[in-house]
Amino acid sequence: MASLKALKIRIGSVKSTQKITKAMKMVATAKLRRAQEAAIAGRPYAERLEGVVASLARNVGVGASPLLAGSGKDQVHLLVVATSERGLAGAFNTNIVRAARRKAEELEAAGKTVIFYLAGKKGRVLRRFYPQAIKVDHDLSTVKTVAFDDAKAIADDLIARYTAGEFDVAHLFYAKFQSALVQQPVGQQIIPVAIPDRGEPKLANAGDATVEYEPSEEAILADLLPRNVAIQIFRAMLENAASEQGSRMTAMDNATRNAGDMIKRLSIQYNRARQAAITTELVEIISGAEAL
Amino acid sequence: MLHFELVTPERIVRSDEVHMVTVPGTDGDFAVLEGHAPFMSTIRDGDVLVQKAPGAAPETIAIRGGFAEVNAKGLTVLAEHAG
Repeated sequence: MASLKALKIRIGSVKSTQKITKAMKMVATAKLRRAQEAAIAGRPYAERLEGVVASLARNVGVGASPLLAGSGKDQVHLLVVATSERGLAGAFNTNIVRAARRKAEELEAAGKTVIFYLAGKKGRVLRRFYPQAIKVDHDLSTVKTVAFDDAKAIADDLIARYTAGEFDVAHLFYAKFQSALVQQPVGQQIIPVAIPDRGEPKLANAGDATVEYEPSEEAILADLLPRNVAIQIFRAMLENAASEQGSRMTAMDNATRNAGDMIKRLSIQYNRARQAAITTELVEIISGAEAL
Repeated sequence: MLHFELVTPERIVRSDEVHMVTVPGTDGDFAVLEGHAPFMSTIRDGDVLVQKAPGAAPETIAIRGGFAEVNAKGLTVLAEHAG
């Protein structure tokens, strides 16, 4: 059995770990609320833009822009992997990376070339599996709260590379926020832009032939498509931010509870050891007295 | 009254009933009153002028990048940056 002193030190150490995990949990809870609010506040813009792009694309046809029609090939696939900058968030980053790897294996099995675009530090584990395929490692370590400009920078970079013919299809991987307990890793195609097919156009004027466009439908669409890519990335980053905090909150809650269990177990062990020491001492005294 | 919404990716900046809004369109400024015909235009960087009531002093909101849409529900300006 471990010595009394060793046990005491151990209990102290677990207690301070518990203090840290508890603090992290509370910080994550506070940040989660803010991240959730940001994710919700970003919805109206994305929904409206999506609606307009969808109705314009139906009117104009996919030939209007390579962002809609594709590059005519389907060989090089770019996987944009959006992860967090910090760890200790449960399986959050692992799940996103796993989803990306699964897609990469699937594509490679189909004979495609796969390259990666990392947004976030925790995606770097992919280096181990695809050392040659990491094209870009976009640094987000200075970003505290996600702003639209951060997403736009990535989108502009992607579109420039797409135009230069570096890849044919781009997929985006992130974790969709469902609740503090559930974050769903998802992959979605962002280039060429997938037009959401919602049957009837939901815009009030979409069926109306008298809508006037300035400069022209094609010009507006060409202007909006890059924005649409940016907004999708922005949305993914917001979802990711909320998911990260949710995941961390759950992970740290578990850790705190585990630490509590451990302290309880160690305390019992400590008390038993102390009792045993007292008994031994008593036995020694009594037998010593009897010997006299 | 005209229903006017100014939305950025981060939040809804303004959602109000107003009298008239002047928007800096790519091909020139245009003003929107209630009952304007359906219309869609890209915008250039500039100021949106919002008039709460006829003759009132207009309020200026600087916007960057985006487009404006007028439909039966009112005017929606989607801008990348506002304010």
